[in-house]
Parts: sequence; structure tokens; C-alpha cells
Amino acid sequence: MSDLSAARTMPFDPWPPAVLAAAMLVPLVWIAPSTWLILTVAGFAMGMMIFIMASGLTLVFGLMGVINFGHGAFVSLGAFLAASVLTRMTGWTAPDALALNLVAVGPALIVAVLVTGALGWAFERIIIRPVYDNHLKQILVTIGGIIVVEQMIHVLWGPDQIPLPRPTAFKGSVGAGDLVFEKYRLLACVLGVAVFAGLHALLNRTKFGLLVRAGVENGAMVEALGYPIRMLFVVVFVAGSALAGMGGVMWGLYQEIITAGMGMEVMVLIFIVIIVGGLGSVGGCFLGAVLVGLVANYTGFLAPKLALASNILLMVVVLMWRPQGLYPVIRQ
Amino acid sequence: MAELLSLAGVHTHIGRYHILEGVDLIAPEGELTMLLGRNGAGKTTTLKTIIGLHRASAGAVRFQSRDLIPLRTPEIARLGIAYVPEDMGIFAGLTVRENLVLAAREREIDDRRLKWLFGLFPPLEKFWQLRAGFLSGGQKQMLAIGRAVIEPRRLILIDEPTKGLAPAIVGALIEAFRELKRAGSTILLVEQNFHVARSVGDGVFVMDTGRITHAGRMAELAEDAGLQRRLLGLSLDAHQ
Ligand SMILES: Nc1ncnc2c1ncn2[C@@H]1O[C@H](COP(=O)(O)OP(=O)(O)O)[C@@H](O)[C@H]1O
Ligand SMILES: [Mg+2]
Repeated sequence: MSDLSAARTMPFDPWPPAVLAAAMLVPLVWIAPSTWLILTVAGFAMGMMIFIMASGLTLVFGLMGVINFGHGAFVSLGAFLAASVLTRMTGWTAPDALALNLVAVGPALIVAVLVTGALGWAFERIIIRPVYDNHLKQILVTIGGIIVVEQMIHVLWGPDQIPLPRPTAFKGSVGAGDLVFEKYRLLACVLGVAVFAGLHALLNRTKFGLLVRAGVENGAMVEALGYPIRMLFVVVFVAGSALAGMGGVMWGLYQEIITAGMGMEVMVLIFIVIIVGGLGSVGGCFLGAVLVGLVANYTGFLAPKLALASNILLMVVVLMWRPQGLYPVIRQ
Repeated sequence: MAELLSLAGVHTHIGRYHILEGVDLIAPEGELTMLLGRNGAGKTTTLKTIIGLHRASAGAVRFQSRDLIPLRTPEIARLGIAYVPEDMGIFAGLTVRENLVLAAREREIDDRRLKWLFGLFPPLEKFWQLRAGFLSGGQKQMLAIGRAVIEPRRLILIDEPTKGLAPAIVGALIEAFRELKRAGSTILLVEQNFHVARSVGDGVFVMDTGRITHAGRMAELAEDAGLQRRLLGLSLDAHQ
């Protein structure tokens, strides 16, 4: 009777997916279908990379109300670690052979995930823990934290931007005629969906996931049931930092040029995504990321001058409709 | 009877406010002890101090002669103390089953115990797979109490469980408390509903402005209308 995989009968809120569908279909009025499809894939790919970077941050806030402006540090660090690994493995990255290339990307991702996860653990202990209950101090010290990490990157990798070339098999495109898709974007889509599916299963099908969701709703009650919320928080913080590192590798390979400041720059998008999605909601974060990616690509095509403002506009519109974001977390 | 829980001269501050000003209270093993008092008397603060959600600034909170004050909430809970907060603390996004799975901690939910719980609160069986946020107020309260008793606990703290509930559901809760007493549970129950208190209470403590103003047997207080008026400022049971 108490198996964790029993079917769930839970009414699903269909409005956010409907909004997403509308946001996808409306641009078809102005954009030719083949162009639209290419933009949609590009938007989805961008959304998936932002989702991977943002997913941990939404839980970090949800679980203990911690505002971490330093999250972008893990993005930058992940990208630089990948650059170091990949430049040492050109024998694997240069040939146009998917299997060989993956042998190189695998270690790059693993190193990035392990090191950013470990840094996340230190960051939580040294920077976050002393300021658990104070938002203003959190903002100040986490900005301080990201500046320190950026300077460390300057020390270790030099002050300039460096290239992060994609392995050969991920360069170029597939398709024919009007319909050509960049391979790398397709890969980003696959990885993003895989990460989302994994997180979703973890949060819904494991006891640890149940505890995280319960803790996001009501941390005091989780404690009163006998679980130390701070231990949950540390695990979530480390996992979120590692995901940001992984997202940083993806984002860096997408841009192909990386800078120490890239994490800080992408934080704007990350914050928009988690606010649009509803703080504390991984599903909302996923949907929000897709929306942000799509809107950026459609407006970039239709009205390039609006591209920068479009995501802020999107956030304003969503918050006017749902002030707590697409999927508000019920808090007591 | 042996005292399972005792508070002696407990003071609690919330921020700058001095809320509990020396609370003395005992909950004897196997009894249902009532904690009564008007709004703002400090009843909720007393329960939160016991479970460690507020830290006492002076005095002693002892559970089987163990001092609870230095312990954190999860440690206190794992000594065998369950807490049903005033707002019920239901995880609305989790199903009824998931709420109970978490309450059982590392143990699998015991099938016999679950049958017994379903007998006590049939809606929990009916809505087993429903997200708890969709339950009615009374059903949520049943789930909140269900979480506290899904595993046998040494002491159960319950804060105003009948607040805002329809009389039929209040009746069901009274039956449930009687059943829990038969099963030998030790309960510290905060109530405003005097009818509930007199139906299930063994001992009673009345508090006001952060202090205990009366300690005695519930049956005696239930018989003494004058004492009720003096302590509680009203004769609630006249209408019930
Ligand atoms: N978080 C808080 N901050 C300040 N004062 C509080 C807080 N919680 C409770 N109080 C005050 O403490 C007193 C006792 O509250 P409480 O224990 O909730 O009373 P009761 O449960 O008996 O109604 C009240 O005067 C209340 O206003
Ligand atoms: Mg109260």
C-alpha cells in the first residue's frame, strides 16, 4: 500500500502549457513555417541550457528562502574547467567522430560537475550559512562570492576571453533544403529534456524528492516530522551548483567563447526564468526557460531591437497574470 | 502516574517580545492533558517551545528526564514527539499517501496500523492518492493527526484541531481522541472548544498572558461553572 510509484491522481493545471502553446503559435502569423521551426528549435535549445543552469537555484530559494546571486559563478567555472579538459583532448575532439568526441565531452562534463559541486559545498558553508536569515546580507555576500570566483578564474586562466571550441561532430547542421538545424542545438534539447526528466523523477518518485518538495512548502513542518532541513538544503545546494556547472559547459560550448563574467551575465536570464516559473517549482522553471528561449528567438527575428527587452516584458506580462509565477508553490 | 513531559518555569521570547513568563506544566504518561486559555494566552508558543520551533530562554523542558531545550526540532521529534500545528502544516502539493510516508520516517507504513487509521478517519482511505491541498478543512485535520499517529509516538502535541470545523467533524475528532486514549497515547491538546475539552480531557491546565493560571482535573473544572467563568472569562459550554 505504501509503494512510492503508485499512480498519482492529481489535477494538473493546464493554463501554463496553454500559454506556452499560444506563445509558440502566434508568431506563425508573421514567420514562414520553415523559419519558425528553426527558430523554435533554437529557442527550445536556449531554454534547455538556461533550465539546466537555473533548476538548482529555484530549489535553493524554495527550500530556505536563500537568494543566491553567486549562482552564476558555477556557470563560469564549469565552462572554464571544460575548456581546460577539452584543449588537452584535441585528439578526441578534432576528428569528426561522434563517439570519440563524446569521450572528450564526458570527462569535461564530469570534471565541471564535480568541481562546481565541491565549490558549491564550500560556498554554502562559508558564504551562505552565516546569513541564512538575512536577505540583504545574502545578496551582498553572494555578489561578493561571485566576484571572488571571477577573480580566481582570471588568476588561473588569464584575464582574457578564451575559446571553447565544439568537438567536430557537434559543429555544422543536419537537415535539407529550408530545414537545417544546428546539431549542437539538437544535442542541447536532448540533454535538457533528460535533465528535466531525471529531476522530475527524483522529486516525485524518491523519498528525498518528496522531502525537498515538502520542505519548499513548509520547512518547519518537515523539521517537526524529524528531518533536518539544513541537511536537505546542503544536498540541494551542491546538486544545484553542479547543474549550474554542467549548464555552464553547455552554454560555453554554445557561445564558443567564454569569459569569467559569462555567469554574471546569464544570471539575468536565470532570475527571469525562475521568477516566471514560480520560485521553488522545477516544472515552472522548465516551462519558464522554454518561454524565455522561444520569446528571445522569435523577437530576435521579428524585431531585433526588442530582443533585449523581450524577456523583461515577458516577465512583466506573466507576473501581471500570475504574481507568483506560472506554477506558484503553495506555502503555509 | 509518571510524568512523561514537564515544563518548569519556562520563559520564551519571540524576537523582542517576552511571550512565556514562567510556564509550569506536566503531561502524565497515558493521559490526555488539556491546555486551555483565551486567544493570545501563549498556548501555541508553549507547544512550539516543546517541539523546539521556539527556544526557551529560561526554565526546563523535560521529556522522560531529558532536557529538550538544547535540542533541535528534528532531534526532539525523533525522541518520539509528534506535533500537529495550528495551521495543520499539511504538504498541499503532496498526496495523502506521500504526507503519511514522510511522517513514518525511515519505516515503511505498517499495513495494520494504516487499516486502524483508515477506521479512525475513512476519508484518508478514500483520498489516498489525492493531493492534500484538495482536501476539505476537516479532512486536512484528519491527515494532520494521521501523520502524528501513523507510527506510535510517545507524546502527541495537538494545537486547536477543531477550530473552524463543522460539528459532525468535531464529533469524529472527539471519537478519534478517545480511541487514541484507549490505545494508551499521551496527548497534550490545546483547545478553545470547551465541549471537546470536557469530553476528552483528563488533566487540565489553563493559561493566560504567558503563565499557567490553573492546574487540575478536567472533570472538576467541567463541574464548576464559576471557576470556568473566572478562568476562561466565559461559559462556553452553555451553548454546546
Ligand atoms: N511571531 C510572533 N511575533 C511576535 N509576537 C508573537 C508571535 N507569535 C505569537 N506572538 C504573541 O505571543 C502571544 C501568544 O501567542 P500564542 O502562543 O499564539 O497564543 P495562543 O495560541 O494561546 O492563542 C500573543 O500575544 C501573540 O501576539
Ligand atoms: Mg494558538
